[in-house]
This record gives sequence, C-alpha cells and structure tokens, in this order.
Amino acid sequence: MNSRIAIALTINGEIVEALVAPRTTLTDFLRQDMQLTGTHTGCEMGVCGACLVLIDDRPVHACLMFAVQADGCVVETIEGLTSRKAIADLQKAFHERNALQCGFCTPGMLMSAYGLLSSGDVPSREEIRDTLSGNYCRCTGYEAIVDAIERTARDRQNTETREEA
Amino acid sequence: MNVFAGSLDRPNSYIGRSVTRPNAKRLLEGKGRYVTDLILPRMLHAAFVRSPYAHGKIVAVNTEEARALSGVRAVFSGEDLSAICTPWIGTLDHFRNMKSPPQVPLALGKVTWSGQPVVLVVAESRAIAEDAAELVELEIEELPALADPVEAMSAEAISQGLDSNICFATKLDSGGVDEAFEAADLTVEQNFIFGRHTAVTLEPRAIVADYDPSENRLTAHHATQTPYQFQDVYSRHFGIPEANVRVVAPDVGGSFGMKLHVYHEEMAVVGASILLGRPVKYLADRMESFVSDIHARDHRVTARLAVGKDGRISGMDVDDITAIGPFSSYPRTSAVEGNQVVRLMGAPYDFSSYRANLSVVFQNKVQTSQYRAVGHPIACAVTECLVDAAARELSLDPFEMRARNLIPDNSYPRKSPTGYQFEKLSHEVCLARLRAIMNYDDLRREQAELRGKGILRGVGIALFVEITNPSPAFYGVGGARISAQDGAIVKLTPSGEVHCSISVTEQGQGTETIIGQIVADQLGVDRAKVRVMTGDTDTTPHGGATWACRGAGIGGETALQAARKLRNNLLFIAGLILQAKPGELDIREDWIVEAATGQQRISLPEVARIAFFRSDTLPPGTQAQLSVVHHYAPQGYPFAFTNGAQGCLVEVDAETGFVKILKHWVVEDCGRIINPLLVDEQIRGGVVQGLGAAFFEECLYNPEGQLTNGSLADYLVPMACEMPDIEIAHVETPTQDTELGAKGVGEAGTAAASAAAMNAVNDALAGQGAVLTQIPMTPTRILRALGSI
Repeated sequence: MNSRIAIALTINGEIVEALVAPRTTLTDFLRQDMQLTGTHTGCEMGVCGACLVLIDDRPVHACLMFAVQADGCVVETIEGLTSRKAIADLQKAFHERNALQCGFCTPGMLMSAYGLLSSGDVPSREEIRDTLSGNYCRCTGYEAIVDAIERTARDRQNTETREEA
Repeated sequence: MNVFAGSLDRPNSYIGRSVTRPNAKRLLEGKGRYVTDLILPRMLHAAFVRSPYAHGKIVAVNTEEARALSGVRAVFSGEDLSAICTPWIGTLDHFRNMKSPPQVPLALGKVTWSGQPVVLVVAESRAIAEDAAELVELEIEELPALADPVEAMSAEAISQGLDSNICFATKLDSGGVDEAFEAADLTVEQNFIFGRHTAVTLEPRAIVADYDPSENRLTAHHATQTPYQFQDVYSRHFGIPEANVRVVAPDVGGSFGMKLHVYHEEMAVVGASILLGRPVKYLADRMESFVSDIHARDHRVTARLAVGKDGRISGMDVDDITAIGPFSSYPRTSAVEGNQVVRLMGAPYDFSSYRANLSVVFQNKVQTSQYRAVGHPIACAVTECLVDAAARELSLDPFEMRARNLIPDNSYPRKSPTGYQFEKLSHEVCLARLRAIMNYDDLRREQAELRGKGILRGVGIALFVEITNPSPAFYGVGGARISAQDGAIVKLTPSGEVHCSISVTEQGQGTETIIGQIVADQLGVDRAKVRVMTGDTDTTPHGGATWACRGAGIGGETALQAARKLRNNLLFIAGLILQAKPGELDIREDWIVEAATGQQRISLPEVARIAFFRSDTLPPGTQAQLSVVHHYAPQGYPFAFTNGAQGCLVEVDAETGFVKILKHWVVEDCGRIINPLLVDEQIRGGVVQGLGAAFFEECLYNPEGQLTNGSLADYLVPMACEMPDIEIAHVETPTQDTELGAKGVGEAGTAAASAAAMNAVNDALAGQGAVLTQIPMTPTRILRALGSI
C-alpha cells in the first residue's frame, strides 16, 4: 500500500514528475502534493462536482481518478485556467452577477461552464441548467450561475461576430 | 431615526447600492483559504471510529492493532478525553424544566446514535488514520433503538439520570380557543409530517486545533460562523484562559446554521491537540457529515383552524411533537426550533385565540438543531396549508382568503397572541405586490385551459413572518454565553485609508462587502479604500457573529456607529489643522470639504500624514484618536420581525408523481436594503433550500435508527436542472430601532418556500381527492395521496 509509483504528467502547463501511492486520488494528489487547493472535495464519490478538473481539455471528476491514472495526461486546474486567462470573462461575469457565495463549488462550476462554452454556441438556459446538474451549489440557488454563463456565451458570440465583421 | 432615504446621489453613498464583493475574486480564482486547505508544521490527522448501532452498551474497545500500525501517533478513548474536558449540557434557563444529558467528546459506557464517535485515531496522514480506525475492535451490546418520537415519549429514558425522554414541553394559551372553535362555522384540521433534512454544506465541517504547551495557548482554525462562541467553549471546557484561545474562521464553505453547534469531533480534536502538543486536523468526509452534522426539522404537527363563513379566522390550536436525537445540542439547545414553531404559527393573521402544545423528545438519532430558518418553515407550512384548506372549503380564492385575515398594515405596533411584538410589518402591500408580479389572473386562466388538456398545474402562495436581529432575549437571558452585541474597530491608516475589523462573520453571503459599504458611506471614502476583516478572535472584538439574520441589522449598525465616531474624530483633527469648526466640515470622496459648499480643503491622506507623523504641528494637548472601537447591542424591540410573501407554480404529473417547479416568486420586506444584489441572492439561495425540503431532501431512517441514505448519491440535494428561475420584489419598511434601519434577510427564502410549494401541489391536485401534508413531497407520496399506489 505504501509502495510508490512514478508518474509524469503536465499540470497547468508544467511538467511534473512524482512518486505517488497507488491509492492516492487525483484530488488528493493535486491538493496535498501539488498544493493546488482550488480543486475541492465535497463528496469524494463523483456526485457534487467540486473536484472537477480538465484532463486533456475535458471536465473530469478528480475524486474518481487515481493519480496514477493521470500519468501522461494534461491536467488543468482552476489555478491554471486562471493564470492563462482562459476563463477571465467567465470569472468576471460570475463576479458581477454574484454567481457565487461561499465559493466552494465555484472552481467546479467554472470547469463545467468552460466545457459547455468550448463549442462556441450559445446554450439555452435549460441546456446550461442541464450541464450543471453534476455541480451542487448550496448557496446561490443556481439562477445567478446560469445568468453568468449565459451572459458569457452571448458576449463571446458577439465578440466573434464583431471580429468576423 | 433613519437618515438614508433618497440619499443614493451623494458621493460615496453605498447604502442601497448593488456592488460586487471584493472578496469573491480570490474564490473565483481558486485562491480561497478554507480550513480544509490548511497544512501546519508537525500536523497530524484525525479519524473516528463510530458506533454502528443507534443504541447500545459499550462492552469492550480493543485498540491494540490500531496503535501498532506504522504512522499512528495516538489512539484516544472516551476516558482519555473526558479527563481534560468538562461535560457540556444543552439547556437554557428560560426554557422551564428543560433537561438534557451531559455530553463528552467520545462515548463513555453507552452509545446513543448510529455514527456517534467512540474512538479517535491520530496519525501522520488521514489515510493512515482511517486504516487504523478500521483495526479498532468495538464490542457493543445492542439495545433497542428509539427511532419513533411518539414511541419515545412514553418509553424508558435513553439517558441514565433522566426520568423520561421529554427534553422540553411547553403550552401556550391566549384563552378563548375552545369558545372560538365552538362558535366557528368551519373547522379545518390536518396532520403534518416534516421529515429530517440536513445542511449539506459543500465544505464539510473542518478544524485544525493547534495547542502550544509552551504558552498554554490554543489556536483553532475552525470552519464556523461563530468564532467567539467557540473561543468561550474551548476556554471553559478545557480550562485554558480565554485570552489564550484564538479561533480563526477563514473562508468557510457554507454554513447555514450547521457550523455553529458544538460537535463531539471538534471537542475531541481540540483535546487531542492538547494531549499531543501538536496541530491536529479533522475534516469530516461526506458520509460522516450525514451521521454527525445536525439534522433539521423532524416535526409531527396536528393543527386546526376555526373559521367563520366569511372566511375570518377566529382561533388556532396546535400540537407539535419534535424529535431531536439523544440530547439537546450545545450551547443553543435543540428546543429553539420547536419554540419558534409554536410561536410563529398564524403570525401574519389577525386573530387572538391561540393555543399550542410543544413536546421536544429524545430519540436514538443524530442531534437536530438550528438550521436556516429555524422553525419558520414548519409554522409557515402548517398555517398556510390550513388557510388554503379553509379557502377551498369556502370556495374563496387564496389571495382573497388572506386579504380578509391579514393584520392591517396600519395597525402596528402589534403583539401576536404568542407574545411576539411586531414593530411594523407590510403584509397587505406584499400580498398585492405578489399578485402583481405573478400575473396571478393570467396564471389561473392558463391553469384552467391546461386542465382541460389533462395537465395539472398548481399555484400556491404563502405569507411569512421572520425573526431577525435578536436581542439578548434569544439566548443571553437563558444563561448562554452567546452575545447579542457586536463590536468593530475602525481605523484610519497613515495613508488615509480605512481598516475595519468586525465581529460579524462571512460565509459568502457578503458580510464583509456590506460592512465595507457602510463604513465607506459614513466616512465619505471610496469603498476600494476600506479593508474589512472578520473571523479572527485575536484581531476583532468579541461579538455574536453571524446567525439568526443579524449580520446586516446588528453588525451593520455597529459598523455605522463606529464609522461615525471615527468621522467625528477626523473632522475634529481637520478642524484644528484648518482652523475651522468641525461641524462645518464634511468628508467627501476622500477629502475634507466645506459642508455647505463642498469646496475641498484638505485631503484625508494629508490629515492622516499630519496626525500620524507630524503631531508636533497640532495644538499642544491634542491626541488624535485615529482608531475607534465601538460596540452595539440591539435595544428596543426584542427582535426585528420581517415579513413577505412567496408564490410557486408547479406542474404535477399524476401518472408518475413527478413535479416540475416552473417558477417561484418572492416579495420581501427586510427593511433598509444595503446591497440589492446580495439581498436577492440570499433570497434565491434560501428559496432553493426550502424547495429542497419540499421535494427532495430527507434523512431516511429504518426502525433500528440507521440512516439509510447517508451519502450524496442517495440524499437528494436540489440541482440546477430542477430549480426554477426566482423573481423577487422588495418592500422596504426600515426598523426605527436603528440608524441603519436594516433587518435580516438570509432565512426569508427558506421560511416560506416549502409552504408555497405545498400549496401549489395541493392546488394542482385539487379535485383529485388528494391532499399532501408531508414533506418532502416525493413522487411516491404524491401517487399514494392520489390513491394510485
């Protein structure tokens, strides 16, 4: 149980080599070994969405993966998305709409929103609500989050239209 | 007197303005600092061995193998921790004859609920601590579990030393109730069941206890709403001088009332840190949260209403049995909820004959205690469901039925038949506003059309009264060391900026933001130059902190008065510098100005520079007071009651029992609104917690007292796809008890959402012979009510 396995992966654009116990989840590895505490654990069974990270650019529950399974993967956490300014508009929209309270679910929400908006389409409110069905928020009642994501999608499309014009 | 109406056009006028939360940005970047994230040098990790039985006698505990596991640093039993921690008892003196057994950190001799911590393992990592916990052998002789509250009322006492399982009982009787029912044209009576549910904060309970023997000093990094209360508890129960106990509540991942109670695990971890002289961390996992966090509600209510054929209510009679687990929680007790249930019944309505019986009962389940909207949803649902039942009997529209019974807006101040004093409420205007924003007549037309196509839509409304801004009448009079006052330190920095540390705390609702708005507004400075700090007993004055919707009303008034004091001090110094009368000066946009003309005289940074660094240039004998400490305790009315009205639109599928919540409306009167953006989001979040209780959330137990759905895969929390958009409107009736005029708002949404939802479902089912009087209204219960299964 204590024998460690060597892994190499990319985390937030940096190559990381580490020795991990096989039972260590990706969440624990990110939070404890990498001190990337923006990824949260709320249920540790893949239900609440607080642990969502991007693996090869798709949202994945880090609590349902072992760190050893991320060997060779490209992992991105809220810290990484923030520093490469990939979601600055989403974060701004969340801030202005007050689409967060305690903030514990927020990194996971942003991961889901990042995934949803990556297609470039403007989703309907129902589609946004449906996408967020794996993200629990106990504070906001969700509406402000839906508003912020909707606004970001519209803004991105408007920017695109302007650029094309 | 309030002074703010119409003042939004002043420079730096922030009271009443929607502004964003400065402290939310770091949370959006994943830079929140929760206790969960904290790592200290030499820190150890705790895991608990819990009772698998709801009731039993501890025969033997074998910890040998656990101790032998590599990486385990200590294993503690009930005896180890009881030796250094005095027991706590969750009673309040003003609840006459209330009783509860003494509590200790880990079980001694007996276990009284499934999930009770029995052994604490401390190890180098949480994983090792959990491995070791699995090696502990518990031998427990199982005893019959008392899960059912009615059965528990007459059964042998669970706790030795108590003569029954009645924790607290009380009767209220205003007189004339029997006469009212005898004279009534109509009596409606219903039996209600309100299930247990729980807070499910996204961040579970967390503590890092760090005891330093060299200084006999305890620092507890504790995810809590109430750091001062815990400073007091840790000091008294572990015998450490209060000034040597520091409690720090950093970012807290949700609380909702759940994180202000004393839990066995936190006490055990503090004890372990004292015994080891090292930091010890405990973070509940989600399964542990379900069996150890407080649960809420659990009421069985029988209630009847006496009504005349004109629809006028003349009397109400209520019996509430509420089960609270094996003991009453500490230090706020588990009786406050029931007490508020029986005192809030019928609160919006104008009748005088009221009678209630309350029985608060011990049983073998985890403790229940205060959670968002304490007692309100029960009182509201019972009252509003009966009012609707009477309206149906009399063929009166629900709006008309309420209009005939509301306490008129022009009749305040009023006293309720249960003894509550209402300063000024606005039911009539709220009801009219609700009808307007719902487009009620259109909804009814649409409902009738769809009914013709076999689609069952329902519209429900509910009025509520909410308790906010509690005075010492809440806890202090009962002997609890829970403060009703708050304290603030407001200081000018040498650069002319402002720092405020205050005892109300932040869990994301925006406490720091509104305090910053108030301080900036009163001092006449840009709010970007005001830094607010909360949540640390070493750096903020002692105060009540955040609960019972007191942050804005009491904390806000504290900040306002403190800022005004500092303003006076600054104008005094500026007057000396300018050789002007302080009364003729003002502060606007960081400048000392002529009050009459607005002409800028000297900047605030320049006043600060002179006062801090060139005091030699001030007149002899001048001592510039550039920091102000101020405390404020509510006086006047014991509570600032608020009111409002909610509406809910649902569609019920009679084939499957599924309910789609289509829309929800809230009209709310919380007095002076400091930040409309934050107030609205408090209401929305509150509504969703109320809708969760109405449709999804229930802690299910089997007859042996075992929780059968204690995981997030089994316990249903409302999700984005199930929740409706929520439309909100406001009425502002400021309290005259404070300068600020603010009352509370955090619990308003939860108070009436489940009542409105219940009335909506029953409206949808009207004519189908089905009435639901139990929440959550699950598909199964709806199909049962319809007689389909």
